[in-house]
Amino acid sequence: MPLFEEDDKSIDTVHKAIIFEDVSISFEDSPVLDGVSFELRRGETKVVLGVAGSGKSTILKLCLGLLQPDRGRIYVLGHDITTMSEEELFDLRSKVGIVFQESALFDSLTVRDNVAFRLMEEHLPESEVEKRVRESLSFVELEEAIDKFPAELSGGMRRRVGIARAIITQPEVLLYDSPTGGLDPITSTTIIELIMKQRDVFKTSALMVTHRLQDGFTLAGHYYDPASKHMKPSDGKPSLDIRTSFMILREGKAVFEGSAHELGQVQDPYIKEYIS
Amino acid sequence: MELISPFDFVKRSVLAVQDYTHLSLRSLVNMFRKPFYMADAIQQADLIGVGSLPIVVLTGMFTGIVLALNTSKTLEQFGSLSLTGRLVSFSMVRELGPVLTSLMVAGRNSSGMASELGSMKVTEQIDAMRALGTDPFKKLVTPRVVATVFMMFFLTIISDLVGLVGGWIISFFMLGLDSTQYWNSAYQVLKYNDVITGLVKPLVFGFIIATVGCYYGMTTKGGTQGVGRSTTQAVVVASVLILFVDAVLTQLFITLS
Repeated sequence: MPLFEEDDKSIDTVHKAIIFEDVSISFEDSPVLDGVSFELRRGETKVVLGVAGSGKSTILKLCLGLLQPDRGRIYVLGHDITTMSEEELFDLRSKVGIVFQESALFDSLTVRDNVAFRLMEEHLPESEVEKRVRESLSFVELEEAIDKFPAELSGGMRRRVGIARAIITQPEVLLYDSPTGGLDPITSTTIIELIMKQRDVFKTSALMVTHRLQDGFTLAGHYYDPASKHMKPSDGKPSLDIRTSFMILREGKAVFEGSAHELGQVQDPYIKEYIS
Repeated sequence: MELISPFDFVKRSVLAVQDYTHLSLRSLVNMFRKPFYMADAIQQADLIGVGSLPIVVLTGMFTGIVLALNTSKTLEQFGSLSLTGRLVSFSMVRELGPVLTSLMVAGRNSSGMASELGSMKVTEQIDAMRALGTDPFKKLVTPRVVATVFMMFFLTIISDLVGLVGGWIISFFMLGLDSTQYWNSAYQVLKYNDVITGLVKPLVFGFIIATVGCYYGMTTKGGTQGVGRSTTQAVVVASVLILFVDAVLTQLFITLS
């Protein structure tokens, strides 16, 4: 399938990983997203904020083509996914990783098989699969859990296995659905540090849906230091090139899009109340 | 309980039939499209076929025994006790073997499929599979359909045979009939058309069991309560469909013969 038709020439695919153009979707006659437009630049992490039911998770499912919009266009890595069939989408999805809200690990498979799922579907040699599974689990510091089943893991560990499964093919885009939801503050920080590591080490574009404002500000205000293997405050150093932006959804509409600094300056009463 | 208008009820029913037809056709088409999940199909064949063997053997055995006991009473009045083998054989092979085996397998496996896939649906595992680039219809539905259709064929043959053995036990030990006479009459009554009828039915019933179970599993909504609802509905719908299709097929084969 050609990347773009003649009339799509204006779409910038070099710098933009995801583009939403006037996207609307309803479930059983109640609108969930109403004319949402935004862009995710390559290498950027966009934090999508909003109260429960504002359509945050729906955006992620739309990015993967798991749902089809009623109106509008969605471009993912240059492909207009609103015109693609399910078969065509399977290939594109190999370049996009997702971490689900409740991890969505296959409960009848071990951690190894969960993380290796995509590679096994591609029939890669067993030695190669084992090597990459260990690499991926080592990234999330969970190598010791390789033979365990999801039911034997804590919530935070399951979330980390979900990240390992999402990054094993080194996707160009990562989607995180409330990655710290329901976790204690220490485990949440570990998860945010992993997302930061993926952002700063591999420069992966990412959409992170959350209702926890502090996660977004931590991402925007810190960088991952490979030497100490921990995050450090950026203290506004421009040379670190931390590209984290924010988008706030309210009743299916994007009411704010900008940087952490701009979010702090905004005068809209709803947003001020939301971030207070 | 939620009250819905008749119009909405009809709309939902038509949509459900449309979705079921789509799933059924897709499961058939996927048999001829790569990738093939042979290992999954073999695993399902083991779960469905070997796992159902005890219940199928017991059902077949007791059906044969009850058939022989009941028919012998009537046949004795006409002095035709020697026809017991014919009656057991004809009833088992043409009708009771396929239908009772299918109902047993439906109770065991339609519910199993609906609950397994339903749990995967409500915990987003189906979405995760799609997100990982794997078609859940190819990976989950088609292997179950292939395995059920394949194993139903052999389970029915086993059930028929065990039913005949059950009838023989009663005929030989309780009615004092000669073994050779029983087996000869049981064999001679069967015509080509009866055997074909008895072997085609389980294939169709197997398809119904798997597709109905998978349909209710893949369309599960509403958490664990929804999984329970899907499981019950799958068994009820599969059983009713089996009985309905059995009537249609029986009439069809009678017409054809």
